[in-house]
Amino acid sequence: MASPRIIVVGGGLAGLAATIKIAEAGGVVELFSIVPVKRSHSVCAQGGINAAKNLKGEGDTTAKHFDDTIYGGDFLANQSPVKAMCDAAPAIIDLLDRMGVPFNRTPEGLLDFRRFGGTLYNRTAFAGATTGQQLLYALDEQVRRHESEGKVKKYEGWEFLSAVLDSNGVARGITALDLRTMELRSFAADAIILATGGNGALFGKSTNSVVCTGSAQSAIYQQGAYYANGEFIQVHPTCIPGEDKLRLMSESARGEGGRVWVPRKLNDARPVKQIPEADRWYFLEEWYPKYGNLVPRDVATRAIHKVVYEHGLGIDGQPMVYLDLTHIDRATLNRKLEGILEIYEKFVGVDPRDYPMKIFPGMHYTMGGLWVDFNQMTNIPGIFAAGEAEYQYHGANRLGANSLLSCIYGGFQSGPNALAYAKNLPAAEGDGGHAAELKRQSEINGALMSNQGNENPFKLWRELGQTMTEHATVIRYNKGLKQADEKIVELLDRYKKVNLSDRSQWANTSFAFTRQLKNMLELSRVVVQGALLRDESRGAHYKPDFPDRNDEKFLKTTKAAFTASGPRFEMEEVDTQHIKPRPRRYDAAS
Amino acid sequence: MADKTVTLEIKRQASPDDVAVWETFELEWRPGMNVVSAMMEVAANPVTKDGRPTTPITYDSNCLEEICGSCAMRINGKARMACSSLVDNLEQPIKVEPLSKFPLVRDLQVDRSVLFENLKAVKAWVPIDGTYDLGSGPRVFPQQQEVSYPLSNCISCTCCMEVCPQFNEETGFVGAATLAQVKLFNDHPTGKVLKEERLRALAGDGGIQECGFAQNCVEVCPKQLPLTNAISDLGREVLLQQVKDALRG
Repeated sequence: MASPRIIVVGGGLAGLAATIKIAEAGGVVELFSIVPVKRSHSVCAQGGINAAKNLKGEGDTTAKHFDDTIYGGDFLANQSPVKAMCDAAPAIIDLLDRMGVPFNRTPEGLLDFRRFGGTLYNRTAFAGATTGQQLLYALDEQVRRHESEGKVKKYEGWEFLSAVLDSNGVARGITALDLRTMELRSFAADAIILATGGNGALFGKSTNSVVCTGSAQSAIYQQGAYYANGEFIQVHPTCIPGEDKLRLMSESARGEGGRVWVPRKLNDARPVKQIPEADRWYFLEEWYPKYGNLVPRDVATRAIHKVVYEHGLGIDGQPMVYLDLTHIDRATLNRKLEGILEIYEKFVGVDPRDYPMKIFPGMHYTMGGLWVDFNQMTNIPGIFAAGEAEYQYHGANRLGANSLLSCIYGGFQSGPNALAYAKNLPAAEGDGGHAAELKRQSEINGALMSNQGNENPFKLWRELGQTMTEHATVIRYNKGLKQADEKIVELLDRYKKVNLSDRSQWANTSFAFTRQLKNMLELSRVVVQGALLRDESRGAHYKPDFPDRNDEKFLKTTKAAFTASGPRFEMEEVDTQHIKPRPRRYDAAS
Repeated sequence: MADKTVTLEIKRQASPDDVAVWETFELEWRPGMNVVSAMMEVAANPVTKDGRPTTPITYDSNCLEEICGSCAMRINGKARMACSSLVDNLEQPIKVEPLSKFPLVRDLQVDRSVLFENLKAVKAWVPIDGTYDLGSGPRVFPQQQEVSYPLSNCISCTCCMEVCPQFNEETGFVGAATLAQVKLFNDHPTGKVLKEERLRALAGDGGIQECGFAQNCVEVCPKQLPLTNAISDLGREVLLQQVKDALRG
């Protein structure tokens, strides 16, 4: 038979990793991406990538990496795939090194490692503070090489709209929109890998890039794919608040010795550098003596939240705390952290080598995602998912520097698995559902383009972001979550009256955005209702009314299925065969 | 309208075949505002200063923290990234135009795929044997890493090409960004196996000889790549390669 046709959607780390594996195995890949793949959101990852290489003589092992990841994720992740990922990590670092990633080095010329949150080991390999950029470029270069040999065909500037399913519900291709010509087309495929990232845009402002809308995941959720653990959203403790987005200030700042503090006295009028040690409250170090500033992100975020809102000690009464690097010499800072210090300097206008940074938590990472089996396949036969778009490696909270690893590892798994699946796929009957799906999409597009009403899609989106940020981030109450769901239902209703101020058929970005918005609204209900159902606190999901973890009822994966009246939920057992769940206490000396 | 406002003049062009027009927008000033956040405001309320309804502006953007390279445009006449162009640091009215050296798509969006084609032509990659486990990579001392890393920071924004007097259809010059990547991969312990091929690709028309050493590239680069150093090093090597090839006959 002819070589199977594989479509990869998304050109970040996971999508590129999958593409490389397929091309290397002799397959041909069609790679779809909204932006040129080199501009994908993976470039924003800063601090590093975890692997227990044990090059610092600390006795680190992949078993400890596995335990830290499961414990950090509050035991919600299925353990077998996480174990396999941690075991594979050292070889992945070696591979990236061979591809030419300019990792920082020790004087002997070996890979350097630093500490990150949720571990006591120096386990994080890094390239300055732009590790994601450097990793993405390495994979981008390898894909370009395969592209020049005819094994990869890129569709950059195309947006995935839906899967094409045959009469048996088996995936037979995709529909996509050319964002320049606005042409709608369907593409045949024997297997599809969705590597479309996270869903920061649900929250309006986040650390995510503009393309991280969750639209593709939502589209196939509405076509029958399960969406798992949607309620688990990571709020990163240290971000720079901004008008257009929240810019990440990497955990590596703390990994290299950065300290979080506030003045003990509200509205302390002294210049910050003149506040003596005794009048500074290093609350993370006080509350968590063993891990200090490197507690996991959910823990640090709640601590900052508490200091600001319960103790009322935000800087100048504002929701901000200091992240201080000024005790570290400039040469070290420049060698290890320059990329992120430049971001702060450029966007805030203050040199963080001289003055402590002002930071606050912000929405950062989507732990949940498309449900997949251990082969990375969703419940729709032929649709695989990898990277942040799927749910399986981080449980209830992701550890820093595990995301780059899970993207590459998940991509490496999904590629060969998709190829193997495709080779055994019987031919489709008839046209495999292409004509019907094209017609459905064409009707949606036509209706949207000619819709009459008075709602501006960008304003609806802002309202969504405000309600999601208020009710579905750091602290969650059932009352607020119900309000949020009602608000989303209202927005879905108002969406019917959405009016495109731009009706042209050329590079119409409002049109593309408005299509994404519908999907964002549907997916937001999964996040909010999933949170509502989970009456416990676990990892990033925290309810003051239910402050404890409840394994008996909720040591389970949440699975949402789409219905016309909203998500329907099921619970699935978690694989805990390797490590017995134990209480998660970073304040104790356990 | 609030006390403090921001005025932008934006060059609009509906398609490559349409004529360009300027539209003026007056927006409420917000702390930390940049050119992208200003254009997001326009999208939420697409009305010009004189009250005329218009369309949201088409432009490329993604990360909004100057690492993805998407939002390069001309702002007050200078090629730069819109996301890191803080309104408070710009003279008003802020004039925003598309890059001028690339095919226009719409408004501020241009087609910069030529850079990615160039990277293909010079084989800007390390030719590894495969992605299976082959053990650790080559040993690299920190001194070498400190030379490579800055070159590897290129975000493909094409600002260096926009400001280069030699980058035009007549010369077919590949531009500084591509040259920097050649330097990067030629210096890599494994990547250098393709060094001769890359140098030959840079000989002749459109190659390194087109560089007039105006040095605009190094001044405009938002990531401060040592572009001129890379170009002068490469210039020598391309010449040497040509001599070598000539002697070999």
